[in-house]
Amino acid sequence: MDEQHVKISEDNNFGDVIVVGGGISGIQAALDLATTGYKVYLVDKSPTIGGKMAQLDKTFPTNDCSMCIESPKFIECDRHPNIEILTYTEVVNVEGEAGDFTITLNKKPRYIIEEKCTGCTVCAEYCPVQIPDPFNQNLSTNKATHIYFSQAVPLVPYIDDACLFLKEGKCSICIGVCKTNAIDLHQKPEKRVVKVGAIVLSPGYDVYHPEVRGDYGYGKYKNVVTSLDFERLLCATGPHVGEILRPSDLKHPHKIAWIHCVGSRQTTEGGNSYCSSVCCTYIQKQVILAKDHDADMQAMIFHNDIRSYGKDFERFYQRAENLPGVTFIRSYVTVGREIPETNNVTIKYSTADEGVKEEEFDMIVLGVGLIPPANVNSLSQIFGIELNAHNFCDINATSPINTSRPGIFISGAFQGPLDIPESVVGASGANALVGELLRARRGKLSKERVYPEERDVSEEELKIGVFACHCGANIGRVVDIPGLVDYSKTLGNVVHAEEGLFICSTDAAQQISNTIREKQLNRVIVAACTPKTHEPLFRDTLREAGLNQYFFDFANIREHCSWVHSKQKEEASQKAKDLVRMSVARVAYLEPLQEFDLPVNKTALVVGGGLAGMTSALSIANQGFEVHLLEKEANLGGMALRIPTTLEGLDVQEYLKDLIRKVYQHPLVFVSHSASITDVSGYVGNFITTVKTEGRTKVIKHGAAILATGAVEYRPTEYLYGTNDKVMTSVELGEKLALKDSNLLEAKSLVMIQCVGCRQEDRNYCSRVCCTHSIKNALKLKDTNPELDLYILFRDIRTYGYSEDYYREAAGKNIKFIRYEPENKPKVEVVTEGGTEMIRVCVADPILGKDLVIDADILSLAAAVVSSAGSYEASRLFKVPLNQDGFFQEAHMKLRPVDFSAEGVFLCGIAHYPKHMSEAISQAYGAAGRAVALLSQATVTASGSVCEVDDNSCVSCGACIAVCTYGAIDFSDTNKAQVNSVLCKGDGLCNVVCPTSAISLKHYTDEELLNQIDAAIEMK
Amino acid sequence: MSADHNFQPKIIGIICNWCCYGGADLCGVSRFQYPPHIRLIRVMCSARVDMFHILRAFENGQDGVFVGGCHLCDCHYVTNGNFNAYSMVQVFRKILKHNGIHQERLRIEWVSAGEGIRFANFMNEYSTELTKLGPIGKSEGIDHETLAFKLEAIKRIVPFIKLVLTQRLQVTERSEEAYHKFFHSEEFERLFEEIILDKLTQSQITLLLQKKNLSTGEIAHLLGLTPSEVAKHMNNSSKQGLVKYDVESKLYAIA
Repeated sequence: MDEQHVKISEDNNFGDVIVVGGGISGIQAALDLATTGYKVYLVDKSPTIGGKMAQLDKTFPTNDCSMCIESPKFIECDRHPNIEILTYTEVVNVEGEAGDFTITLNKKPRYIIEEKCTGCTVCAEYCPVQIPDPFNQNLSTNKATHIYFSQAVPLVPYIDDACLFLKEGKCSICIGVCKTNAIDLHQKPEKRVVKVGAIVLSPGYDVYHPEVRGDYGYGKYKNVVTSLDFERLLCATGPHVGEILRPSDLKHPHKIAWIHCVGSRQTTEGGNSYCSSVCCTYIQKQVILAKDHDADMQAMIFHNDIRSYGKDFERFYQRAENLPGVTFIRSYVTVGREIPETNNVTIKYSTADEGVKEEEFDMIVLGVGLIPPANVNSLSQIFGIELNAHNFCDINATSPINTSRPGIFISGAFQGPLDIPESVVGASGANALVGELLRARRGKLSKERVYPEERDVSEEELKIGVFACHCGANIGRVVDIPGLVDYSKTLGNVVHAEEGLFICSTDAAQQISNTIREKQLNRVIVAACTPKTHEPLFRDTLREAGLNQYFFDFANIREHCSWVHSKQKEEASQKAKDLVRMSVARVAYLEPLQEFDLPVNKTALVVGGGLAGMTSALSIANQGFEVHLLEKEANLGGMALRIPTTLEGLDVQEYLKDLIRKVYQHPLVFVSHSASITDVSGYVGNFITTVKTEGRTKVIKHGAAILATGAVEYRPTEYLYGTNDKVMTSVELGEKLALKDSNLLEAKSLVMIQCVGCRQEDRNYCSRVCCTHSIKNALKLKDTNPELDLYILFRDIRTYGYSEDYYREAAGKNIKFIRYEPENKPKVEVVTEGGTEMIRVCVADPILGKDLVIDADILSLAAAVVSSAGSYEASRLFKVPLNQDGFFQEAHMKLRPVDFSAEGVFLCGIAHYPKHMSEAISQAYGAAGRAVALLSQATVTASGSVCEVDDNSCVSCGACIAVCTYGAIDFSDTNKAQVNSVLCKGDGLCNVVCPTSAISLKHYTDEELLNQIDAAIEMK
Repeated sequence: MSADHNFQPKIIGIICNWCCYGGADLCGVSRFQYPPHIRLIRVMCSARVDMFHILRAFENGQDGVFVGGCHLCDCHYVTNGNFNAYSMVQVFRKILKHNGIHQERLRIEWVSAGEGIRFANFMNEYSTELTKLGPIGKSEGIDHETLAFKLEAIKRIVPFIKLVLTQRLQVTERSEEAYHKFFHSEEFERLFEEIILDKLTQSQITLLLQKKNLSTGEIAHLLGLTPSEVAKHMNNSSKQGLVKYDVESKLYAIA
């Protein structure tokens, strides 16, 4: 810490929680905590929040634009009255204990006075010093003074140490050009001390540094780049504005190789033994995107196991694999040499058919793994927390969000290599655990958001503004955006039209707000992505500008246009014009609508009394809310009752017993056994669920619901299962092992077959847990019976994360792993040799190139995890979707992983997708965190889009009353239909049954819709 | 069928926010491709789609109207309005068919928010189908004026059809099977003919007579009916006081 000129800010240094690390996980944690009613400091050492996710081009497996989905959250943080963002700031000291921490912060000088800066970037324009741009992985340059990236929050530049003044006291051009005197080149580090009750650590991860060992020629050969470098090359905001140009000559590479597991799954010096979990799928993403950029590009992917263990990853892998010119090769590789004339690089690899080959590539991308954050040791010291053997945070399988120090929680990839949704889940989970600790402080320091007064536009002429988004290259590459803007200006009542690279970015949203004021716009159209994700943001922007939020309309020119007509640029550009014209026609008729507040019932309902459901229920109860827990069976426990231990050796049954005891003992948890739901009605904040339980009927009123309906093990119809008792599933094997079954102990030979009932056409997904499960059983078997001959027949071993170490251990214990191809599955028959019945397994060994015959005493089948009947039931009752595999479909794969799109309903556990126990626990806390963020609100806001009746047209026929099952319509004293706005849900069915069109759904009136339909045809 | 290879159909899609719009979004996210013929309009529930909307689209020369909702019994709303949308579309398709307009021009499908590929498949299928059919009117051998006349006659009885839908064409059991069965039953056929067709013919006759007075024979010719069918309608309409017979000119006129 710099001791000179230490300045202590005096104001406002008392909060509830500090979130350290402003990547996606920290952001989500801050938002959930702040919404729940805690005052949050969000600290990041970078000049902006955003973290690694901001650097990614797209996110798998939906290929959503990473920045597009993350940056609205920056704005949300920025605008949240309970969040104070502290960037360029590090924690230097932590004292105290859970409930009362004193944190010392050091704010590095950015040499810009944040309060004065407008983010105009004139300083950057005039700055004479070029530096490598860290945001672009040093692949391009930026100025010594610059904004970290264009969506940064705060939108303020920082001055790099390369500044001539800072280095040599020479230049001060920026001071001269800054109109607001915001530059202070004499700024010193600032010390600030804040007091909080809890800490959430979300420092994220770093990527493996191949330059240290010079892996695959990285650092030596110019055209060898890391996957993070490539991520920037792909990106429209990247070094070459979205063109993939290789470093040596800035030409398009036409033949690219990707190498898997760089720095991961290695026990050699400098490598990491664990699997980094995300690389397989991000490489597939990069291949798909690179092919999008250049359809003729040739891609070769050198891989070990393909670990597509996540939701929809298997299909994503198939999508990449089926692209023309894309070849996946299962081979270790060495980099050969650089060709001096071309700077191309050669790779040596081997295949079973053709032996060792050397092949030349224009460019090589290294699939680098995830490593602990660079400052992990000082983090560990400052916060007083333990690290694990891999130098990530030491966590416990049953409390994956707790650190070794009470009151300090973690979220995100500091837990170990994690994908974005899991980081987000952990963030919401941290909210739940902080909530358990600080429940008494909830709401004490929180503030309400205040909007400016709404402008009355009723007397104004129509003034429509159109904002068209390039969305990086997502839209701009297909749709002619400048043409769209020009066209928009020709439409009636449009007084302003402009384009933007990312309209959802902080500055763009702010700019729209300013433009609304300056130009006195009274209708706003954004032509960009889908209203389903971004409408709330822009409605908020209107409110900020003092305009009624219902004066906004979206023209979806991405999901419904550029992405689905990507090869027909002209037609897509025309369609975009049509869509904007239709929007312009519609907005002319929009009316200002008022929303109103409804009280929130403070009770939660949890459906499913397995591990996930119980964990959620208990956490909500620990935060002071009443919870009803429904279990369809007579006992709590669910699927976990059948799992004796975990791979890491946790006694699951002991843990469950303890958990069940806590559930029963908690005064706020009410358990219903043998429960079945007969009816669900109501809406967010006010649900009414009718439950039949043990012979009686309960009617439960609740504000939120968590669906944790679990999943079941597939009952195989293949491999003689059910016809011979030597054949069992791996769960059954685990149970028998725990009971020390004598047949098992005496077995001389045992075969396990992986992927039974999944990763095939009718169940096109990976069940995620089976590889680990089989290895757990295998290690246990070897422990008790070292002489046992043990074979695991697999397709890919998917021991992602730390489980990789156990895979290595198993392979070291002479457990034989034999890979089979799906088109050549093992064949199984019963044989009798020397009077003993055996299961004969015949499998083609691709390495030996011949059939292998194994006579086994026991055959264990790694049967798929399949969705439960309860999930179908819950889906129907709560009106929430299932995906094509029967698992719950979350609202957004990446950023709303435990929410349904139906408000007030959340999900967790294996009903969402197969997962390990610690993952299910993490998700259960996540769902609890999200539910409590809702339950802690006094009110929820009801839509202004409700029905109203024109008394003069109403003929009192009652047709509307008859169809409205919400009971929102009745007859008034004058015998006319009247709508109760609180009960009206705005579906509009009553509109179409009314013979006189007397009832009308606001925001979707006939006038609005018919005008939209009319405008679909261009009037020339 | 049309042989115009350059023909690009114009389609309006009116789809519900919760399922089909989500499916269309997922279709985009998954980069499934389909022809750029459709313009989508978002409503909260497919039940909000009104016969007036469909008529307006056809009047404007749209070659197809696509209605997209949640799967039956999966409606986001407890009103299960997609059943109403389904009934309306069945009746409307029958009316189109009766008017010599390809009923395929109106289509209703269910797409959940998780079914991006299903949405793409429908879009591809529907575009191909409409391209094969050719432009509205022309491909049916109906000139512009006649098409406008037919649509106008339908429009005039929309309030009536709405009443019939809620009062006479209700299916008691809300299941896909029950609805499908009913709308493919003889009973529906009979009700349609007795209630709706009658009214439609009446509407057409009234519309004709508003332009000029006509004889029974002329009306029969214009509407492709037999003189005795027309006589029956005229008899009813006279009784209701809607039309009158001018003995001198031997023509019917609006009363």
